[in-house]
Parts: sequence; C-alpha cells; structure tokens
Amino acid sequence: MLSRLSSRNGHGMRARYSAFNLVRYGIGSGEWPRAWRDHEMKASYDVIIVGGGVHGLAVAYYLAADHGITNVAVLDKGYIGSGGSGRNTAIIRSNYLTPEGVRFYDRSVKLYERLAGELNFNVMFSQRGHLTLAHSDSSLRTMHWRAEVNKLEGIDSEVIGPQEIKALVPFMDTSESTRYPILGALYHPPGGIIRHDAVVWGYARAADALGVHIHQNTEVTGIDVSGGRVAGVRTDRGSIAAPVVVNCTAGWSTLISDMAGVDMPVTTSPLQAAVTEPVRPFLRPVIVSGTLHIYVSQTDRGELVFGASVDPFPSYSMRGSLEFTEELAGHILELMPSLSSVRVLRQWAGLCDMTPDYSPIMGVTPVEGFYVDVGWGTYGFKAGPVAGETMAQLIATQKTPELITAFGLERFSRGALVGEKGAASVGH
Amino acid sequence: MMLLPCPHCGPRNSSEFRYVGEGTARPDPGTATIGVWRDYLYTRSNPAGWTTENWFHRAGCRRYFTVERHTVSNAVRASHRPAAQARTTSDPEGLSAGTERGPDAGPG
Ligand SMILES: Cc1cc2nc3c(=O)[nH]c(=O)nc-3n(C[C@H](O)[C@H](O)[C@H](O)COP(=O)(O)OP(=O)(O)OC[C@H]3O[C@@H](n4cnc5c(N)ncnc54)[C@H](O)[C@@H]3O)c2cc1C
Ligand SMILES: [Zn+2]
Repeated sequence: MLSRLSSRNGHGMRARYSAFNLVRYGIGSGEWPRAWRDHEMKASYDVIIVGGGVHGLAVAYYLAADHGITNVAVLDKGYIGSGGSGRNTAIIRSNYLTPEGVRFYDRSVKLYERLAGELNFNVMFSQRGHLTLAHSDSSLRTMHWRAEVNKLEGIDSEVIGPQEIKALVPFMDTSESTRYPILGALYHPPGGIIRHDAVVWGYARAADALGVHIHQNTEVTGIDVSGGRVAGVRTDRGSIAAPVVVNCTAGWSTLISDMAGVDMPVTTSPLQAAVTEPVRPFLRPVIVSGTLHIYVSQTDRGELVFGASVDPFPSYSMRGSLEFTEELAGHILELMPSLSSVRVLRQWAGLCDMTPDYSPIMGVTPVEGFYVDVGWGTYGFKAGPVAGETMAQLIATQKTPELITAFGLERFSRGALVGEKGAASVGH
Repeated sequence: MMLLPCPHCGPRNSSEFRYVGEGTARPDPGTATIGVWRDYLYTRSNPAGWTTENWFHRAGCRRYFTVERHTVSNAVRASHRPAAQARTTSDPEGLSAGTERGPDAGPG
C-alpha cells in the first residue's frame, strides 16, 4: 500500500499548486498552465471510459497511477462534471446499513481524506459531522441497527438524543410540540461535505498529467461487439477501437449498456436540489430527515444547500419543479423556523440511475471487456475514489476485488440483493 | 409541474397520480427460467424517448390508465383507459388500488 501511495505521489505534474506558485503567478507575468489538455483522438486505446464524471475520471486516474495503464481515453458528450458530478450536494459519509456497503464507503472516505494531498488540488473536504434524524420509533430502530453495523465495521457512528442534537445544532426545533418531534439521531462525526467540482477537476488534472486523454464534447453513439467481445466505440467524431470499454454514465447508463446489448435493472429519475443566499455560519453538521424528505448543509461560503428525495417518476428531464421548492421550504421551516426570511438563489436537477436495492452495479458483464460502474442513484459521489480504485484493479488484474464482489450485475439473477434503501433513499 | 390527462377526469397535476410503471406480464411460474424472473422483477427498458406506462389517479378517480410520455421532454401524446391491458400490469388484480403508498414509499 505504501509503495503504491508513493508512486501515486511521485508523478510529475506540471505547475504544482503551492503558495510559492500562487505568488509567482499572482504578481509575476504569465498564466497558469491549463489543468488538462485537449488531444487528437487516437484510432485506438487500451481502455475507453464513457462518461467524464467523478467515476470515469477516477477509474482513469487509478488505472494510470496504480497500474501504469495510461493509454486510456475518457469520453464525455458534454464537459467533464456536466452530469451528476457537478450537480450533487456533495455529502460524504460511510454510515450505511449493510456490512458490504459500510466497508465500501468507508474505504472511499479514507481515500477522500488524503485526496487533496495526493492530487495536489484543494478538494475542501470538511468533515463536519452528519446527523440523520429519527422522528418515529421505527426510524429510531433503523438508526440503532445502522449504528451497530457501523461500529462492528469500525466506523464512528452512534445514536444520540434530542439534548445532544440541540447542543450540536442550537437553531433546530427539538421541542415536542412539532408535528414530527425529533426522537433521536444517528450521529456520524467523520461525515461531511466536499467541493465536488474540485474533485472532478483534481482527478482530471492528475489523470491528464499521467497521460490519459480526456475528450470532451464527444458523444458515444454505438458500441461494437463481435463474438461476445467488445471491440470499440462509435462516436460523433468517429470510431475508436479498444479491447476494454467502461460504462461510467450514471443517469444515461442504460442507454450505453443497451448499445452493447447488456440489460440492466436501472431506471433514471431526476433528483433536485437548491441553494440559498449566503448567511453567517450557524450550521456545522449535515442534517438529514427521512421523514421530512429533506437534508441541509451549510457550505464554507455560508450558502445553505438543500436536497430531497428523488422525483416520483422516471425521466431524463433536468427541469426543476415548483412542487419540489414548496415542499422543501415547508419541511425546512419545520426543522429551523428561523430560516423563513432566507432567499433561495437557485434550484436544479440531475439524473440518477436508480437500482432496485439502492446499491451500485459494478464489474463484469456478459460482454467480455465491457465493464459497468453504474447504479449510483442519489448517493454515488462519495463513492468516486473507491469505485475508481476497485474498477481499475479489476481491469488491470482481471480479478474482482473483494470490496465489490457483492455489487455484481449477476446478483439480480441470484436474488442476492444488497438492500441499502434504509440508509440511502433520502440521506444520499 | 407536469399535467397528465386522466381519461376519466381530464388534465390534472402529476402530483395527484402515482407512477406505476411499464406494463409487465407475469411469467408462468411453472415454466419461467431464472432469467425470465429476473427480467420480470428488475429489468426495465428505461428509454430516453417515447414510452407507454401505467399511472394510478390516487387523488381523483382512483383508477389506472395508460399514458404515452416522452421521457426527455415529459410531453404526453395519448392516454387510454386500460381495457384489456389492465390484466398485464404489475398489479393484475388491482390490489394496490386501495393504498396511498407510492412505489417509493418507505421508511426513508
Ligand atoms: C441533486 C443531486 C444531489 C446528489 N447528492 C449527492 C450527495 O450528497 N452525495 C453523494 O454521494 N451523491 C449525491 N448524488 C449522486 C451523485 O451526484 C452521482 O451518483 C455521481 O455524481 C455519479 O457520478 P458519475 O461519474 O458516475 O456520473 P455523472 O457525473 O453523471 O457523469 C456521467 C457522464 O456521462 C456523460 N455521458 C452520458 N451519455 C454519454 C454518451 N453517450 N457519450 C459520452 N458521454 C456520455 C454525461 O455527459 C456525464 O458527464 C446527487 C445527485 C444529484 C442529482
Ligand atoms: Zn382520474
């Protein structure tokens, strides 16, 4: 592990971001070099990754950094981070419900903790704590269940009562006179938020420095399969041959898998979010309420970021709706009445690839050389690093890493689902 | 906001309805293979384009109907009473007609 780490750190990036260079470029002449370059598209690559979100870029980075596989292209039909990776609410945590899920997301939290140093890019990971509120006996039971599974896996996670909640979040209405009084919460101190764009850009810059080609505005329109093996992709800029193609397209992932003839149990639904004008810092932890279908965090700039449950029907539309804003505002005010005069600045939506058990679908498919890293639903940003690391290992070694064996596509034929709904449907 | 034309009640806000999903035919338990069960239970076509799907008007006539909707624009071009198709929805007996819980209702 240590040797892998040092080899990751040793790569020669041009123009390191440092205090010295900040001064040099700030007062001196000249421009910062571009963080990643444009390249001519080659006729073939060893690995083609479809989708330039955090997953696609992380797979590319770990292929290059951990395994020396650098003849890799990442293709995106728009710009990198234009999908869910640039639209999410950036919550990172590992307090899931199943042991498989907890172990997997824990590895991602650990990778995130050292990512800024590894990538030489400030990703602003702020481990400010994460609270999942329980407003009913049954959700309190689920919190206890999660806390016990979490502790067994060595995760810092415990159930706390209303007084402790009040001490962490003085602005919250923890009285018994609300419509849904707060009975307790699952408290997860290492959880927090991150600067999602910085994660995308940091991986892109580091992958580029190691030789990966990033092709933006390049839409995959077909996948060539011959004799049960993937042979390459067709794009709106021409065809490219490759023995390995990885589907990292989240909300669009069934369209890509369809091109290779692989059926997936995935439907696409929008998830909406909103952000307010900045206010003085008053809210430290991330707050999630499954009963009220909302969550909120305060960014380092002071804005409040809100989210809710996924929209109630499948769609590829990224338009926001009035229902969302109305319900959100009503529920937020139940929790924090003092926010009534704060103005919402923006609302938006992103596409989520929902699976029946709220766990991802990762690994091999019936088409040799065609891999999937999908099913990220409303919760996949936090998984970017671990998914990149394990998918790269699978591609390089042809062996499915232990951490992701439970998440294979074939689990739906065996009925071996990994039910995470209790920990992922609103909490993301 | 999306308007859905209920064939019984006319156009109403989509929040009055519950999405039921693509029509799926229940396989014969005597002959169905594991792959057929898997597809029936989990595989959905999830197209980016026109789709034919079932909805339930829970805050209205409390009946099922079929809609043709474009999943990218959410435009709706036709809606029908179910007639014969009702038997092949994922809810052949109409058992869930009495429940308010949508497909995603749950502990959250
Ligand atoms: C509002 C919202 C809030 C969320 N909150 C959280 C959260 O708090 N925590 C969390 O962990 N997760 C959260 N998520 C989920 C998270 O954003 C996603 O799971 C994650 O970003 C998926 O990353 P990805 O790289 O797999 O896909 P994406 O970032 O969606 O990237 C897929 C890319 O594929 C490209 N593409 C699609 N089709 C093609 C094609 N034919 N050819 C070439 N390229 C193509 C797209 O342009 C896109 O850039 C949230 C999602 C949303 C929408
Ligand atoms: Zn009606």
